Amino acid sequence: MSSPESSASGYTKRDWGSHPPLIHPDYKSTVLRGPTKPLIPLQPGLTEMTGPVYGHEALAPLDADLTRNGVRNGEPVGERIIITGRVLDELGRGVPNTLIEIWQANASGRYVHAADQHAAALDPNFFGGGRCVTDLDGRYKFYTIKPGAYPWPNHFNAWRPNHIHLSLFGTSFLSRLVTQLYFPGDPLLDLDPIFLGTPEAARDRLVAKFSIDATEEGFALGYAFDIVLRGPLSTPMEG
Amino acid sequence: MADFKQTPSQTVGPYFAYGLTAKQYGYPQTSIAEGVLVGDDTEGERITLIGRVLDGEGKPVSDAMVEIWQADAQGRYTHPADPRGSNSTFVGFGRLGTGTDPQNRFMFQTVKPGAVAEGQAPHITLILFMRGLLTHLYTRVYFSDEAEANASDPVLTAVPADRRGTLIAAREAGANGVEYRIDIHMQGPDETVFFDA
Repeated sequence: MSSPESSASGYTKRDWGSHPPLIHPDYKSTVLRGPTKPLIPLQPGLTEMTGPVYGHEALAPLDADLTRNGVRNGEPVGERIIITGRVLDELGRGVPNTLIEIWQANASGRYVHAADQHAAALDPNFFGGGRCVTDLDGRYKFYTIKPGAYPWPNHFNAWRPNHIHLSLFGTSFLSRLVTQLYFPGDPLLDLDPIFLGTPEAARDRLVAKFSIDATEEGFALGYAFDIVLRGPLSTPMEG
Repeated sequence: MADFKQTPSQTVGPYFAYGLTAKQYGYPQTSIAEGVLVGDDTEGERITLIGRVLDGEGKPVSDAMVEIWQADAQGRYTHPADPRGSNSTFVGFGRLGTGTDPQNRFMFQTVKPGAVAEGQAPHITLILFMRGLLTHLYTRVYFSDEAEANASDPVLTAVPADRRGTLIAAREAGANGVEYRIDIHMQGPDETVFFDA
């Protein structure tokens, strides 16, 4: 059995075989924004082993249902989907009561964000932001609309594949993760410098799987997406 | 188990504001955290941590997101792993985008943290996310008026001496009272130290 590489304090390290490099020239913005000097190793202490805790009290009732939390006068346009799965640590244990924040474009590939000037329709009934807290098994579930692809200025005829942004905390500031979920079979994946910036062996971990079990009869297609965070190698002491 | 490998990081992208910092940017969703960390009952010296994120050409980044995590004025974290706990409602977490200030500054209103343990200098952990950054970065903010403690802090002293200054915020008396100023340089001769935490 192989265990995740541990630091002396019993917290797994960032696995650089899984994460994209800090400068990836095909993704042009990295060239001036990624640091050029090596990261300096830091032995985690209490500062790193702690982090903000946001539980169910941080949520509003419709936060996990993006098909309803932006409604003004009707149903949002597009294909209703369900995104569900578990947040796990590297030993496969569920991470309970941890906050997941998501944001995404609408079905036509347009974000609510004021800086998005893509000439595609905004949807008055879709906001595109939501939150969820995992249950005791680390399970989560969002209802949303399948996001559309959209062009971006990285290179000629550049299009982002359909994706949903996710932000997670996990058990400490070390398990913090911001990532993107992609959809199976998307032909834009093989052309996307952000997705391709990820080490090849790790890319399929970013692609959700269609799940007939998660699909709700007569309502919405289901996609399964588990998220693995860094974590303590043993159960932390309760204070 | 080999089956449970870390989910790769991806960039926060340019459009995080309405999802992660909605209140700051005026979008109709609540935010879990923003730039004000203190409440009426928070003990400690009020400070404002002010800075910019500068790209490789020295230009301020207008679409970065900065998160800070810190102990309270007594050096205690509000987290189950710190058995001392905090005696106030202070959480110690802040989050700001750099897109609402005309100079693209982040400005956190907080308290100066106490030393977490004997031998450590007071510090704030800072995580940086932005378009063009595929994996978030960890850095730390130390305080210019803590020269003695800084000189023996185990993390700071593990940094090459000629780069330690990139982690030290300068204390000034400003419009907001006590201000600490620190710019994050992504590249160049003053490139900020980032940690493989």
